[in-house]
Amino acid sequence: MMSDFFILMKQELVITVIIFILLLLKIGADLSNEKMLQLANALLLLNLVLGFIGNRPGVLFNEMFLANPLVVLEKNILSLGTLIISLQSSAWLKKHDHVPEFYILLLCTLLGMFFMISSGNLLIFYVGLELSSIPLAAMANFDLGRKRSSEAAMKFIISSAFASGLLLFGISLVYGATGTLTFSELGALIAGGPLQTFAFVLLLAGFAFKISVVPFHLWTADVYEGAPVAVTSWLSVVSKGSVLFVFVSVLYTVFKPIAGSWYNMLFVLSVLTILTGNLFAIRQHNIKRFLAFSSIAQIGFILVGITGSSQLAAASVVYFVLIYVFSNLAAFGVIALVSAVTGREQLNDYRGFYRTNPVLSWVLTIALFSLAGVPPTAGFFGKFFLLLAGAGKGNYILVTIAALNMILSFYYYLRLVKAIFMDVNEQPIEQLSIPAYSKLALFICITGIIVTGLAGYVYDYIHSLSSKF
Amino acid sequence: MLLSALIILPLLTAIALLFCNGLRQVRVLALSGAVVQLIYVLWLLVVYWQQRPAGDAAAILFEEDHLWFTPLNIHYHIGVDGIAMAMILLTALVAVAGILVSWSVEKLNREFFFLLVLLSLGAYGFFISLDLFTLFFFLEVAVIPKFLLIGIWGSGSKEYSAMKLALLLMGGSALVFVGLAGIYFNAPTAAGHTFDLLQIARAAIPAEAQKLFFPFAFIGFGIFTALFPFHTWVPDGHSSAPTAASMFLAGISMKLGGYGCLRMALLMPEAAQAYSGIIILLATIAIIYGAFATMMQTDLKYINAYSSVSHCGFVLLGIGMLTKTAIMGAVLQMVSHGLMTALFFAAIGMLYDRTHTRQVAQLGGLLKVMPFIATVFVIAGLCSLGLPGLSGFVAEVTVFMGAWQNEDALYRIATVLACASIVLTAVYILRAMGKVIMGPLAGTGSLGDSLPDAGWNEKLAAGILITGILVMGITPFWIIQLISG
Repeated sequence: MMSDFFILMKQELVITVIIFILLLLKIGADLSNEKMLQLANALLLLNLVLGFIGNRPGVLFNEMFLANPLVVLEKNILSLGTLIISLQSSAWLKKHDHVPEFYILLLCTLLGMFFMISSGNLLIFYVGLELSSIPLAAMANFDLGRKRSSEAAMKFIISSAFASGLLLFGISLVYGATGTLTFSELGALIAGGPLQTFAFVLLLAGFAFKISVVPFHLWTADVYEGAPVAVTSWLSVVSKGSVLFVFVSVLYTVFKPIAGSWYNMLFVLSVLTILTGNLFAIRQHNIKRFLAFSSIAQIGFILVGITGSSQLAAASVVYFVLIYVFSNLAAFGVIALVSAVTGREQLNDYRGFYRTNPVLSWVLTIALFSLAGVPPTAGFFGKFFLLLAGAGKGNYILVTIAALNMILSFYYYLRLVKAIFMDVNEQPIEQLSIPAYSKLALFICITGIIVTGLAGYVYDYIHSLSSKF
Repeated sequence: MLLSALIILPLLTAIALLFCNGLRQVRVLALSGAVVQLIYVLWLLVVYWQQRPAGDAAAILFEEDHLWFTPLNIHYHIGVDGIAMAMILLTALVAVAGILVSWSVEKLNREFFFLLVLLSLGAYGFFISLDLFTLFFFLEVAVIPKFLLIGIWGSGSKEYSAMKLALLLMGGSALVFVGLAGIYFNAPTAAGHTFDLLQIARAAIPAEAQKLFFPFAFIGFGIFTALFPFHTWVPDGHSSAPTAASMFLAGISMKLGGYGCLRMALLMPEAAQAYSGIIILLATIAIIYGAFATMMQTDLKYINAYSSVSHCGFVLLGIGMLTKTAIMGAVLQMVSHGLMTALFFAAIGMLYDRTHTRQVAQLGGLLKVMPFIATVFVIAGLCSLGLPGLSGFVAEVTVFMGAWQNEDALYRIATVLACASIVLTAVYILRAMGKVIMGPLAGTGSLGDSLPDAGWNEKLAAGILITGILVMGITPFWIIQLISG
């Protein structure tokens, strides 16, 4: 029993140990920022490596906590994202007074996400979700001197409290209707009466808030813009990814019996989300807001895939999130660097970027192409499989709408590419030297963008793990 | 590995280009890559002739099949039949000529040649694909280089044109995607869902599904080959692009669409039959409208671009007619138009480099100053208007003969109208040529009649393309045999 506990919860335990190490160092040792960053990155790398070895499936605490290969993989994807974000925010953190606190908060949210992904019960899911959102509000406020940062934190905490309220209401209704909160038992008890459907709608709204599905997206752009770039990338990649993983598994296991009714809801939500995300992205001037809306549109594409409700769909979502980690973080990596050195965050600032920073320009361009879904980048494969999964149930109307919306998204991504390569600028962003950490992070991202798509076995592997759906 | 080399070679060239410095190294490397590729393609052609069972143009040779995404049954499956072989040959010829013409591109030269090579890679991959996924992959690979080539190195309202082209082609891809997804889920093959062209062709998609998804796929590919009314990217894109990119765009890229349309029509014959009236209608409109629109143009590049709309209409007309001869004509027209339009753009580029204007009204008497370039210009023009002995004639006559085999009134009317467009072509071609190369000297600026004629690279580029046009025009039987056995 004890060994079960240590093996199945290994990833959570490692994170906890790291948190304590950092906490003790904060109190006891007086490390320089440089040393602290080295140590933190080394620990995160260790965490990632440990995540891959010695795993086995099982359940703990009366099915409260599940571990299976897919869950482990999902956690590893999040760990990878964390490592990349940590590497590329080094330029910003170096000048910050509170490096250990940043990592402690970051890892607390990661721990919450791990519990959420592993949850086999709505209660532990909720606890994990809260653990992952509350420290995040503090992180959004991490540019302590900037008013906008506090504003972002405030908006985030209010909207996430509202979402939590909806979720709790939904969970209590589920309990009232069925008498249990365990996923494996719920699957048999959900039949689709009015109460159960209402409970589902509330849960869906809660999830929709977290992954910013239209019409629950209003907090996204403001928070993304106000928060420090590192936190923005964390929000848009790791935080969203973790909720998506749970969302898919809850939909496909617990609410499978009422697939017919959530299918229509997702249809409407995905069309709205893609369209709103795309149309608003076109009108943005701030690059973080721009990526915020583009990420909303991406979520819409993921929803299209989810409507397929099959093993193919589940695998495609996980695959897409993995690709999204690489592509979005590559884009954010460049933006973080530019923002940390020059403080410029407008789209217009990137005009003529290629003349001064050719390498960073190519990185950003490849990332944008991957987000837009252009081959040979991984984004192409991700989108192709998502839409193919969506078409699997014969819903070609939705797939056609989504495919045509790719033109819109293409437009705004290409506009940034055009600014980088074709526009002239009197005061372009000066030539930046890329710090070693950022170089490593960008290298990982670009390698990921190229390899994840072209190497078919990555998808094969994820697909083989998704067999439980 | 025989056929994969067609992709690997450009890929290696492209990667090597990234490590080159200076125009001299870059262009030598790009050219040697393209020449090696051309020689390899010619050798492949010889091997293809030898290995092919006599008279069987549909035989697929050099097949390679690797599983790519196991759960989805997606394969990297390549192979060539006669039609694909002809298209590959076209690509190799235009690629060499295009690189030769861009010999003196100074601005960001490494990136320029990198993108050109990438564009040709996309085309090679597309033509040899036997799996619809691979096909789609390479189709999209070729979109982004076009956008960047036009936007960075172009002229005029280049950003607008680049964006318009990219978005319309993306729209085409989106439609193609829906069509492919429909085929994937509806083809009743033994191996479950598949993108494999050969298996799908054997399995015969149900007529209902064909009728639903054929329009998506056909219009999608049609956008790439200037299907009316989605042709608007062609004039802007071609005229804003730098010379080599125009050649690639009109010579190779538009053929991706034609080839795709042809494959779709062969894959879904019942739907193609059902929609053939509409295809023919649109093709005829494109032919006539394109010709009239050309007559109104004053810019040489716009003249050739609009005439491309008209000429690509013949490709679609041939496909829409669905007779064996007409389809053969469509393929011939693709090859012929590819060579001819590349030559035309090359000649215009050479003129423009020297006179810095493309306005017909500002040019005149250039035959006296630049005899070589003017001659190239004339050959391209005569080929365009279908002079016997050049490739245009062979292709158009074949299309018309094939079209006439349909006895339906609509088809006959369309054929007659399409034939009439040749007169219109003659009007705009002869008018433009007369003004530009004959009459009093104009447009040469302060240099007067001391403007240099073509350099060795330009002569070589034009020579390669003219050889192609002549060989196809005088001895068409070999390419006809290659295509249809």
